[in-house]
Amino acid sequence: MAEFNIDDTVDITDVVCPTTFVKAKVALEELDDGQILCVHLNDGEPVQNVPRSIKEEGHKILKLINNEDGTYDLIVQKVGD
Amino acid sequence: MAFTNEQLERYSRHIILKEVGAKGQKKLLNAKVLIIGAGGLGAPAALYLAAAGVGTIGIADADEVDLSNLQRQVIHTTADVGKPKVESARETMEAINPDVTVKTYRLYIDSTNITDLIKDYDFIIDGTDNFPAKFLINDACVMAGKPFSHAGIIRFKGQLMTYVPGQGPCYRCVFKEPPPKDAVPTCKQAGVIGAMGGVIGSLQAMEAIKYILGTGDLLTGYLLTYDALKMEFRKIKLPKDHSGCAVCGDEPTITKLIDYELPSCELKSQG
Repeated sequence: MAEFNIDDTVDITDVVCPTTFVKAKVALEELDDGQILCVHLNDGEPVQNVPRSIKEEGHKILKLINNEDGTYDLIVQKVGD
Repeated sequence: MAFTNEQLERYSRHIILKEVGAKGQKKLLNAKVLIIGAGGLGAPAALYLAAAGVGTIGIADADEVDLSNLQRQVIHTTADVGKPKVESARETMEAINPDVTVKTYRLYIDSTNITDLIKDYDFIIDGTDNFPAKFLINDACVMAGKPFSHAGIIRFKGQLMTYVPGQGPCYRCVFKEPPPKDAVPTCKQAGVIGAMGGVIGSLQAMEAIKYILGTGDLLTGYLLTYDALKMEFRKIKLPKDHSGCAVCGDEPTITKLIDYELPSCELKSQG
């Protein structure tokens, strides 16, 4: 992840849908426009739904990294205040 | 203040809404709402505000739970009969949501205590059942610069309006003074359909929540009436010019709170 300057990280592997998205959304609300959040999430439903929901909120998905251990890191840039 | 995972789950349906979000939910958790009257209107309002996570809820009522209350006052149960209403209401609200701090005031409001009662609250809900209390709440809120939701219910009808300082008419602009004693029956004499409190009291909770969030349009400058038998809502626009109002006008003639007399049959009831 050296290619990104991560401003904050949130682990949503400890909650289930729809709290996964809620937790990511709350973390994004804390950031300023343009800052970058790393979302640590599980394979399956979270990785299918959370990136799409974040995109629908208008934020920019920069990268989805497969950690090869059943988890992913989603790199998101916040758009808007 | 960071949310716990439990709070994220509890408030997830709020936080998902773009009009609420984490910021809005935090506003709710930091807000203070006073409900005057733990009866037909106050009960549903209190339930929804507690469930929504309004952090501090004050509730004022001097009465005890009576069996005849239970047809509409859904915050109290059969086991609560005889208990002070404010205690019964507090127990239910705390059971719904441990995030909420409930402050109880077991008293009848009057000109000597209301100013002190409302001073720490962001929004006031008038859930009373008599005209002296309604005019007192209006005048005290106008004088203290506090927003409030007025409502009244009787038989199959209900009405409400919202007052926000500087944003439109107050209750007294519309209804100059209490009607002559016994000109209007109380809901004790006339009856009221139980679900009416649910409809109108829930709308009052909604107004409080929107005010706290600062989102949407409030019912300022309008009177909303609901006729359940005709299934009709009417949103009546109130006159813009309220400069001549005796309490919120440019040259108010009412500068001290008034204790109007209750009809003698109603001396014990307020809620």
